[in-house]
Amino acid sequence: MIELISQPWPWYVAGPLIALVMFSLLYFGNSFGVSSNLATMCSIAGAGKVSSFFKFDYTTRIWNLVFVLGAAIGGFIAHRYLTLEPGINLSADTISALTKLGVQNPGADYVPADIFNWSALYSIKGWIILVGGGFLVGFGARYAGGCTSGHAISGISDLQIPSMIAVVGFFIGGLIMTYLLLPFILGL
Amino acid sequence: MKYFKYLVVGTVFGIILSKAEVVSWYRIYEMFRFDSFHMYGVIGSAVVVGIILIQLIKRTQMKSIQGSEISIPPKNKSVARYLIGGIIFGLGWALTGACPGPMFILLGQGVGVILVVIASATIGTFTYGLLRDKLPH
Repeated sequence: MIELISQPWPWYVAGPLIALVMFSLLYFGNSFGVSSNLATMCSIAGAGKVSSFFKFDYTTRIWNLVFVLGAAIGGFIAHRYLTLEPGINLSADTISALTKLGVQNPGADYVPADIFNWSALYSIKGWIILVGGGFLVGFGARYAGGCTSGHAISGISDLQIPSMIAVVGFFIGGLIMTYLLLPFILGL
Repeated sequence: MKYFKYLVVGTVFGIILSKAEVVSWYRIYEMFRFDSFHMYGVIGSAVVVGIILIQLIKRTQMKSIQGSEISIPPKNKSVARYLIGGIIFGLGWALTGACPGPMFILLGQGVGVILVVIASATIGTFTYGLLRDKLPH
C-alpha cells in the first residue's frame, strides 16, 4: 500500500480528491481559498492600522491558517515518507525547451535547484523569480479576489462568472510570462 | 480541538498536491506550454467533481456541521478587477511556479527559500490593501 501511494499520483486521483478537500471545508462551514491567509497574516501584523482592507476579526480565519499549517505538514510527510524517487516525469518537449534556456537537469527535483536556493538571492534572476514572482502572486490574488483554490476550483465549481474571468486572466498572464518574459529572465 | 479537523484536511491537501506534482515549478511551466495534459487533468477533474458536489449540496439543501446553509460566497460583479488581477496573478504564478497553497507545501518539503516568496507575496497583498482605492475594480 505504501509502495503504491509512493508512486506519482495520476491526475484522475488528485483532481477528485482536491474537490473532496473543497467539499470538506464547505461542510465544516467555511470555504476553500488559500490566498486569503496572506491577508490574515497582514491583519495579524497590524496592517489594519494603515488600511481598512485589513480591519477584520482575524480570529474567524484561524481555521485557514491551521489548514495551511496542515498543508506544510502534508508536504513534509509526502516528501519524507511517501516518495521513492524525487524526479518529475516531464514531457520531452518541456525538457528540451528548458535545456535550451539553460536550466540544469529539468525535472530532477520538484523545483529548479539553481533558482530555489538561498544563494540565488545574490543574483538578479533570483530576485525577479523569488521576490518579484511572490509579490505578483500576492498582489494579483487579492486584486482578483482569489487564487487557484478560490477561483479556479471553488468559483468555477459554483459556476461563478467572475471566477471564469479571473482564470482567463491567470492564463493570459501565465502565457505572457512563459513565452515572452521567462526566456529572457532565465537567461539573466 | 475545534481546529484539528482543518489540520487533518490540510495535511491531506499537502500530500495530494505533493504526490500529483502540482507543487512543482516544472509542472506549471509545462502546463503553460501545453506540453502535457497532467495539470489540465488535475484542475479539470477537480472542477467536474466540484460541480457535481456543489449541485448535490444545493439540491439536497445540505447543512454544514454547524447547521448553517452551505454556500460559496458570490463574487461581486466586475470584469476589470478579475481580468487585471488575474493577469498579474498569472504572471507571478508562471514565474515562481507556485500559487499560494503550493508555497506552504514546498516549505514543508524543505525548500527553505520559499519563505522569501511567501514573505514577498504577503507584502504584495499588503500593497494591494494600500492601493485598493486607487485601482479599477
